[in-house]
Amino acid sequence: MLWKVLLLLGLSSAWAQKLCSPGASDGYKVRLSINSALGDQAYVWNENEMFLFRATLAFAMRTYSDGQEYDVANVVVCDETPRVSFWFVVTSPLDASLLVDKRRVEEAVRKSRSRINSAFLLTDDTLEFIGIPPTLEAPVAPDTPPWLIAFGVVMGGVGAGIVVLLVSSVVQKIRKKRDGEEETGGKTENEAASDAIYNMSFSDDEPVTQM
Amino acid sequence: MKTIKLQLPNPGLEGRILSHQELDKLEEEEAGDRPKWDNKTQYMLTCVGFCVGLGNVWRFPYLCQSHGGGAFMIPFLILLVLEGIPLLHLEFAIGQRLRRGGLGVWAQIHPYLTGIGIASMCVSLTISLYYNTIIAWILWYLFNSFQEPLPWSQCPMNANLTGFVSECERSSPVDYFWYRETLNTTPTIEEDGGLQWWMVLCHICAWSLLYICIIRGIETTGKAVYVTSTLPYVVLTIFLIRGLTLKGSLDGVKFLFTPDLTELAKPSTWLDAGAQVFYSFSLAFGGLISFSSYNSVHNNCEQDAVIISIINGVTSVYAATVIYTIIGFRATERFDNCLSGNILTLLNVFELPEGDITDSNYNQVVQRLNETYPEVFQQLDLTTCNLNTFLSEGVEGTGLAFIVFTEAITKMPVSPVWAVLFFIMLFCLGLSSMFGNIEGILVPLQDLKVFPKTWPKEAVTGVTCIVCCLVGLIFLQGSGNYWLSLFDTYGGSIPLLVVAFCEMVSVVYIYGIDRFNDDIKFMIGHKPNFFWQATWRVISPLIMFFILIFYFVTKLSEQLLYKVWDPESDKFPTLDEKQYPVWINVIIFILAGIPSLAVPLVCVWKCLKKKKRDRSHRSSNFD
Repeated sequence: MLWKVLLLLGLSSAWAQKLCSPGASDGYKVRLSINSALGDQAYVWNENEMFLFRATLAFAMRTYSDGQEYDVANVVVCDETPRVSFWFVVTSPLDASLLVDKRRVEEAVRKSRSRINSAFLLTDDTLEFIGIPPTLEAPVAPDTPPWLIAFGVVMGGVGAGIVVLLVSSVVQKIRKKRDGEEETGGKTENEAASDAIYNMSFSDDEPVTQM
Repeated sequence: MKTIKLQLPNPGLEGRILSHQELDKLEEEEAGDRPKWDNKTQYMLTCVGFCVGLGNVWRFPYLCQSHGGGAFMIPFLILLVLEGIPLLHLEFAIGQRLRRGGLGVWAQIHPYLTGIGIASMCVSLTISLYYNTIIAWILWYLFNSFQEPLPWSQCPMNANLTGFVSECERSSPVDYFWYRETLNTTPTIEEDGGLQWWMVLCHICAWSLLYICIIRGIETTGKAVYVTSTLPYVVLTIFLIRGLTLKGSLDGVKFLFTPDLTELAKPSTWLDAGAQVFYSFSLAFGGLISFSSYNSVHNNCEQDAVIISIINGVTSVYAATVIYTIIGFRATERFDNCLSGNILTLLNVFELPEGDITDSNYNQVVQRLNETYPEVFQQLDLTTCNLNTFLSEGVEGTGLAFIVFTEAITKMPVSPVWAVLFFIMLFCLGLSSMFGNIEGILVPLQDLKVFPKTWPKEAVTGVTCIVCCLVGLIFLQGSGNYWLSLFDTYGGSIPLLVVAFCEMVSVVYIYGIDRFNDDIKFMIGHKPNFFWQATWRVISPLIMFFILIFYFVTKLSEQLLYKVWDPESDKFPTLDEKQYPVWINVIIFILAGIPSLAVPLVCVWKCLKKKKRDRSHRSSNFD
């Protein structure tokens, strides 16, 4: 009896190994770059970590696929390298010889990508599923572009400044004219004197006027 | 000892200019309606601001690095002393003596020389038009710096959110932001692409900011320069401190200053040094003459000229150092990325554990793998990473500011702060130069009596700004960048050299070097020494003449090509070279030829006018 069980186990694992092979049509290659992601705090990749991976993937298949009860045994891994890369396939819980379709696996991985990443403290770049590109986040577009706000502030300030300066010079001119009219009464002599000086500067202009 | 008097006859000179006694009297009574500086600091800051401009930051470092690094200092310093300082002193002295702007001084020396003033006014106008567009670009980047992450740090997504915009992916986010989101550039100069509304807004903002600073002439400009002339130095120092703490900055500085003395044998090095000194001093614009004329008569213009020249030279070197700390950082960053990219590829292909290949054993590993698996290795096609290649990606002009430097900023922590600082610095540098450019337009316009005398100063500056703003809309089209480089290459180069040469000749030989020496003795108390005599009479005009001839010959002989950003071209993302259409020659003639020809043409016209007047005068005498 025992040898039958052993034979069955051996056969099933051999069968499973045949299902999973590098370049399998329903499988995906996974590559982890733990050292570049975590540096000093990198953990060592061992059997336990691999178990976590298989469990996480089974969780993804359970939640985001057809709802069947996938187990760790349904995730078959092969061709592990020192790089820390390997191939995996997912077998159906109902029939261990049937592989789950590639697209269903991809869909499940895509939807739970962030959970898988956080289980390993990695990111989309450092935990790669070759063939499943990471979904890009939709950019947050603010209602008003920020540059328009900055522009509005600056233009508002400059506009106000120009208006203030123009108004102040107009006011100054009106005031000067009013003062000048008040003084025309008694100060004709001083005006004549200042005219004499101004005449000199007018004679300066003549050579220029001849242009 | 009989001195050789080389001077053209100039009758009537005494009648046109104020004598020394009249000048003293004017000074005492403080009469006359000429504006004055509030204090010496304002004058010095305005001149420093005019001289120190964008060229110190983005032209000098490039020239320095491409002409042999530290060795370039030698021709630069020699020509600074022999060409820059004498011309500067000459402009200051003549402005202070004759108390007129860039057109009035030449008209006073001799009415036939009015053409020089008109030429310098035309050049100031040409340059003001496009220079403010550069300031508009700087403002656009400044407004966009108030966000995290910076918009040029990542590519935008394409329409169906499946990936990035293809034009951006093939080039880089900074290139895309500059060529597409800022300029929205067209592939040729003939396609105008329409006005880009965001640039029109920034353009109006730039002209408004300029207007508020020059609204009452030097009364307002003098206050504005306290900020615009000093802030760049503060920012440069901040960047220097920040830059020195970044990895790879010292590599950049070393690369900049490593001397290569063989470059000194090439004439192009000396030519570029001479041109850089000349353009960097903003000579022949008329603005410096005008600023100097607002000084008191006994101001020490000799000392001012030397101080400003030294400040200008030192600023160029200082800015180059700062720029190259940041460029060194960027190059090191690129080199590290290149190396880690290669290492990752090797690890992935050969399934080696991480940590097997590091920066230190990279070369040995590569050699070993190449020997053991040659075919696989050839297929990999690894890019060679060379730090010097990255360092010598020498960029100048807008490419340095808006592509290389902005990329470096995105890699620094707290990027928006550095971006805001950098663009405020560029804005101040550009604005303070614009003050001088505008002065070179406004004062000749007033001398030519284009505006009625009853108009207040605010209206005159307002109308000038509005007209320039409207004409400047050419540079805001899709093809605007090509127009701008056209204006820069032809409008801002040859006419200035012609005007400067004519200035020297006029002052020395038509005004008379002896009279000029006496004037300076009257103004500052001692006669200019042998150095000034030698440079004014012989050395500086000769240098100007050589540079002019070389420039003329090179510009005429080279093919009229321009670089375009064409996503459809094969060379993309490198800029493609296209030939200008034939009608561009007309534009080039208008830009470069008309101001240069204005000098002789106006002389001839005035001569003919005088002869006609003399003839009618004589005939009326006989009546």
